Amino acid sequence: MDKIRKTTKVQELTYELKVRDVMSKNVDTINLEMPVYSLRDILYKKRISGVPVENKGELVGIISIEDFIKCLELGKLDALIKDEMTKEIKTLYTDDTLVHAFAKFNEFGYGRFPVISRKGKKLVGILTKSDIIRGVLKKLEIIYHDEEERRYRASHIFNDVVADEVFFKFQYFVESKNFDKAGEAATGLKKTLFRLGLSPDIVRRAAISTYEAEINIVAYTEGGEIIAYLEPHQIRIVFTDKGPGIPDIEKAMKPGFSTAPGWVRELGFGAGMGLPNIKKFTDKMTLKSTVEKGTRLVTIIKLSNYRDD
Amino acid sequence: MINLKDIVQKLDLKVVTGDLEKEIEAGYASDLLSDVIANAHKDNIWITLQTHVNIVAVASLQDLAGIILVNGREPEEETIKKARKENIALMITDLQAFEIAGKLYELGIHGNKRK
Repeated sequence: MDKIRKTTKVQELTYELKVRDVMSKNVDTINLEMPVYSLRDILYKKRISGVPVENKGELVGIISIEDFIKCLELGKLDALIKDEMTKEIKTLYTDDTLVHAFAKFNEFGYGRFPVISRKGKKLVGILTKSDIIRGVLKKLEIIYHDEEERRYRASHIFNDVVADEVFFKFQYFVESKNFDKAGEAATGLKKTLFRLGLSPDIVRRAAISTYEAEINIVAYTEGGEIIAYLEPHQIRIVFTDKGPGIPDIEKAMKPGFSTAPGWVRELGFGAGMGLPNIKKFTDKMTLKSTVEKGTRLVTIIKLSNYRDD
Repeated sequence: MINLKDIVQKLDLKVVTGDLEKEIEAGYASDLLSDVIANAHKDNIWITLQTHVNIVAVASLQDLAGIILVNGREPEEETIKKARKENIALMITDLQAFEIAGKLYELGIHGNKRK
């Protein structure tokens, strides 16, 4: 079997982020007419290992700590920067991606690249490997922070979608008398709603009320379906079945009233708490039934003003 | 706060499956699933004699900490499979419901506060 390599978030970011997003903008430069010993102060005080060389605001070379040490060994500290610097400079553009920058670091083995604007070729920054690491970490932190905030804001998904009424619709089929599968719609809906970022309390209430209704369809009807609509400000769930219908709804709503046969009770169901529980966990429920035709139950859970557990 | 691992050790429970690091807030005992749905809370330990697969669904919906099966009742194969899939802790005790509830109470696990 072929292994599909998953792209990591960091890899993704190296494509997304540009050099300008992570580079250091305050670049210390040195003029080409200065003597090499004047480098000492910059290198020492700023704790950097290389300095771009400019002439009348234009980038003409780069001089590094290695060049400085070489001059020190040879007693050439009085030499001018322009005679000791590297003239063949490799640069990056502000709009290069980090992937491109990585490739250049690997290709040339340099510790830093001056960054120039594509227009005007002006020196605008400098990029080291630690700039990249810092930049990626910072971006990850921002993403993580945003994600955490979004998770607990029930309404955030609606900011992303533009539509008037229904945003998401989920449909589940429920088999008659199949208790091994009973609850699958409710657990499926729970996972989906949670992934969409709804608050845990709302998700739990939607799941529990759906579970009770799902069990009713399994235990008492010829099967049916559940359709959940995620709308602005509320979740609306519609349960329909193929009958036989409820003769006396008022009676069925009474806690403890049950028509469950023995085998259903043995499974722990049929306590006469199903419909009262649905009422308890939803903000609104509407139950309509026609004997021999079927039952239609609509529940609504509001996304705002929910109580905490 | 006490976690599942503590009670497994102290009450000599047989662990069928599950994550034992979960903390227990309180306890609930009932064999009626709708009653558990109505009255058990998140992070409860649930005592029951039901072994059918639907106990896992109820525990998962309510985010319960775990299920203790009483009277040494073994869960059905489907129940174990589902519990593994949903990562619900499933434990067995040879004690009866009344006794295990008493022992949990002695360990400091009480019922849910009434609202």
